[in-house]
Parts: sequence; C-alpha cells; structure tokens
Amino acid sequence: MRSKTAPWLLLAPFLVLFIGTMIVPIIMAIGYSFTSVERSGLLGEGGLTNSFAWFDNYVAALTNANFVASIGRMVLFGVVQVTVMIVAATVLALLLESASARWPGFFRATYFLPYGIPGVIATILWSFLYIPGLSPIVDVLGAVGINIDFLGPNMVLWSIANIVTWTYTGYNMLIIIAQLKSIPGELYEAAKIDGATSFRVATSIQLPLIRPALMLTVIFSIIGTLQLFAEPRLLQTMSAGITSEYTPNMSAYAFAFQYNDIGMAAAQSVIIALAAFLLSAVALGVSNWTEKRR
Amino acid sequence: MSSLDNKTATTDRRTGSTPATGKSVKAPRGDGRAGTRDAGRKPTTTIIVTALLAIVAIYFLVPVYWVVVNASKSTEDLFGTNGFWFGENFQLLDNLKAVLSANGGIFPRWGLNSLLYSGIGSVVATYFAVAAGYALAKYRFTGRKLVYGLVLGGVLVPGTAVALPLFFLFSSIGITNTYWAVLIPSLVSPFGLFLASIYAGAAVPDEMLEAGRLDGVSELGLFHRLSLPQLTPAIVTILLFQFVAIWNNYMLPLVMLADEKLYPITLGLDNWRAQTDRLPEFYQLTTGGALLSVIPLAILILVLQRFWRGGLTEGSVKG
Repeated sequence: MRSKTAPWLLLAPFLVLFIGTMIVPIIMAIGYSFTSVERSGLLGEGGLTNSFAWFDNYVAALTNANFVASIGRMVLFGVVQVTVMIVAATVLALLLESASARWPGFFRATYFLPYGIPGVIATILWSFLYIPGLSPIVDVLGAVGINIDFLGPNMVLWSIANIVTWTYTGYNMLIIIAQLKSIPGELYEAAKIDGATSFRVATSIQLPLIRPALMLTVIFSIIGTLQLFAEPRLLQTMSAGITSEYTPNMSAYAFAFQYNDIGMAAAQSVIIALAAFLLSAVALGVSNWTEKRR
Repeated sequence: MSSLDNKTATTDRRTGSTPATGKSVKAPRGDGRAGTRDAGRKPTTTIIVTALLAIVAIYFLVPVYWVVVNASKSTEDLFGTNGFWFGENFQLLDNLKAVLSANGGIFPRWGLNSLLYSGIGSVVATYFAVAAGYALAKYRFTGRKLVYGLVLGGVLVPGTAVALPLFFLFSSIGITNTYWAVLIPSLVSPFGLFLASIYAGAAVPDEMLEAGRLDGVSELGLFHRLSLPQLTPAIVTILLFQFVAIWNNYMLPLVMLADEKLYPITLGLDNWRAQTDRLPEFYQLTTGGALLSVIPLAILILVLQRFWRGGLTEGSVKG
C-alpha cells in the first residue's frame, strides 16, 4: 500500500531547488578556490587560462593581512556583541516573565519590533542618528560636553554592534521566553515553598533550564557575525574607518566584483563557511561537555 | 469520518501534552502561570522593573520615532531643528508624495518588487519545505538520513557564502539581472524543512494516515487533505520567517541585479541614501521612503507576534 515513490515525489521540488541553489554553488566555490586564472595580454584581451592551483588561493587568503585583520575584527566584534546581546536578551526575558512589570505584552512587542525592520533600513535609520548635524543624539551628548564621533575609525565597529544588537535582541529574547514558558510550574511552586528569592529562582532553576535556547541563540549569533555585510557596507560611504575589506564577507565581495579575483573570493567564501561550521560545532561540543559535567 | 475523529483526538492529545503552550494561547497576556507567582510582589519592585523596561523600550523605539518625526520636515528643518521634535513646517504628505513620484514612481515599483519576491518566494518556499519535511518525518525510506544530513549542512553554510558562486552559476545560464535571479534562491528554506519535519513528527499521527489509506486516499491526498490542516501553526511560522528573510535580504539582490527597476525596497533605498552626499534632497526622500517601508512590516510584526511566538516554541524547544 505504502508507495516508494510518494516520499520522493514530496521531496523532489525542494531537493531540486536545494541542490541547484546551494549544493551546486558550494561545489563550484570549492572548485574555483582551487583554480587560478591567468590573463594573457596586457588587459586580459588574450583570453583566460584556468589552471589547478592547489592551495595557492587559500595560502594567499590566509596571508592577506587585510583578510586576517577582518577575521580578527569579527572575533572581537563577536565576543563583545554576542555576549552583550545574549545577556541583555536573557535579562529582558527573565524580567518580562517574572511578572514584576506592568504591560509585559507591550514591552515584548516593542523589543521584537526591530526584527521586522530590514538590516539595510535599520542601518540607514541609525546612520542618520550617527551623522553630526543631523543626529539629535550627537547634539544632546555635545550639549553635556561629551563629543563622540560615532563614525570615527575606532568607534564605528561599536556603532555597527549597536545596530546589530538593536535588531536582534528582541528576537533572541522571544526564543528564550519560549523556553522559559516550557519550565513546569511545579518547579516554581517547590522553590516558593523552600523560600527561594527571585534571584535564586533565576540562577538555580531558570538559567540552567533555558540552556538549549541560549546555545541556539549563541550559535545563530556567531554565524550571523561571520556573515556581517550589509551594515558595514552601507556605513562605508560615511566612515573613513571602514575599508572595502572590513569584514570577511565584504572582502570576498570585493575580490569577486572589484578586483576580479574569483579564486581568491571563492577561497575566502569557503573559509568563512568552514569557520561557521567549526564555531557551531565547538559551541555544541562545549555545551554537551558542560552538560555532562553537571 | 474516521479521519475526522482522529483529528479531534490529536488536537486533544496535543494540548494535553504541552500544557505550557496551551496555557499561553488561552491566556493571551502571556503571564498566566507567572501570575500565580506575583502574589507576594512588592509594589516598589513593580515600579523599578517597569521603569527599567520602559527605558529599554525607549532605546528600541528611538530610530522609529526619529523617522516618524523627521519624515515630516523640510530639508532645511531636517538639519536646522531639533531631531527629536517636529520642525516649523509639517509637510509629511508633501514629502511622501515626493517619495512616491521621484524618478517616475520608482519607489512604488520597488515596493511591488519586494512584495513579489517576498510574497511568491515565501508561499512557494513554505509549500516545498512543508512537503519535504513531512516526507522526511512520515516515511521511512533509503536515503532519508542522507537528505537530512545534506539539508543540515545547508542550514549551517552562511547564505552570503553561497551568493557569490550562485552569481557565476546564474550568469552562465544567463538569468542574472532578472526577477528569477532573486526569486529562485528564495524558494528554498532549509530551516523551514526542519521546522516542518519536527512539527509533522509530533502533529500528524500515523494512525490518521493509515485510516486514510484504508479509505483509499492517495499518498499525495494524505498530505494535502489530511496532514496540511494539522500543520497550520508550522506553516504560518515558516511563511513569516521566510517572508521576513526575503524582505530583509541585501546581498543576493545586490549581487544579482544591475537594473534599478528590478530592485527591492532595501536596495533602492540604499541607492537613494548613497546619493545624499551630493544631493541633500535625497535625505528627505530616504527618510520618507524608510518610513513607508517600516510601517507595513511593523504592523505585520505587531499583529502576528503572538502567533509567531507559538511557532517559535515548537522550533526551539524541540529542535
């Protein structure tokens, strides 16, 4: 009765598109990353010759000072921004779920609102709040004697971090709230009978039990950090601190479309993807390891 | 008839097995259980916590407030008056008219493009992802594990890392700089497949499918007529996530499209903002355009936030 073709019939449209738009491009990228393109003639008019380049492109990418610097920048960004965002999301989730506040529905919706605003629009809005002369925030800070150049070379990384935090804190908060709601009520009752304070309930019951949600949000945030592209690219025209190879993704984009070095761009893309894999695996491993030690 | 009985039975069992979710649906303010805990709460705690949350809310609302206020200003007022309050002339309608008619009405066209990419993309992607996720959850067949592994890999590979090679692939078949270049990659949602397969595993009982088979329903009929209605919460969640993901996408259209007429709103507004350096009147156009593009999604988020959260529970707790 149960036909063998039915599952494949249901899978077919997804699989065809998935293979065509993800698997094939990934294989192509790996292929490009091992290829070097030689242009003959002064302006390349003599045609192109492809040759197998072994790991030349990878060596070139990993010895490219700008690319290495962009990875270091993302590590710094990730350590600070992801930590701040996840801590903020957790604290907000705990406060909203503690029933100590009025209008939790209103606050929840407000915090989640930025998630619906595209990164490009969010960056445009915040950039207007960063530009001296246009931004009321710069005016207010200047009036009390604080002069901050949000778009200055050292500051702009944290201005980007602010945009990312603004956009995704509410989203991460909702994931954590969803897990908080799955904690059985009896645990709270028991804690209450034992006379535990709210702080104790948070550290001893809620935080350990929302660990899976925290891991999920951390992994998604790490992958997101590695992919950072739209925000710095948009701010590039306004800030002298942002080069065209500011993030790994911007670097791959620049090599592909500005410098016409496809092999290098592909090698950088593969390195970004591998790094995302590795970091996710490490995060999962650490989570399982600490789970077992408890 | 037998399937109908099964359906109600399933619904009962589901609400029974996940009391937390069921309760949060019934108590829309979301503090149903917590409400029992605030009996001994001091009023000072309430005031402090509420004040704290209000300050955080201001942070999240500042850019939105700024765009609402400043979209009503003339270009001189934009730079000459306090950014946190309205200017001397209130010309919101004139500004929006200018946004809608600039460059021969290019902004409404960007809006329609965005709607086309996100609307068609999310509906088709959701249908494909749900069908595939259901197949993986409800059939045992050779190659099932392989497909799972392949798709999991796809979830972890950054979308932007795929955008570059995808451009070379599409340019070799000559569809870059067309609607298809943005639409085709938007039809795939590996995340949706996972959510659908997790949800289908729990919400579509094998007994219901067997009963359907005995009644002579075809395998595809089992999916479309019996299973799809059970999967509604997952479908809505995937649909919304995919819609927002396509609407927010920047790198894919940036890589694929050269013709301004094919741009989605994000790319178009970026284009306008890039011209503010030379032409200050583009500040006003960009601000008005940003306001217009924030409103529909803000409403969508606020209205559907509750429903969406229910779906998130399924995805994050079990996944």
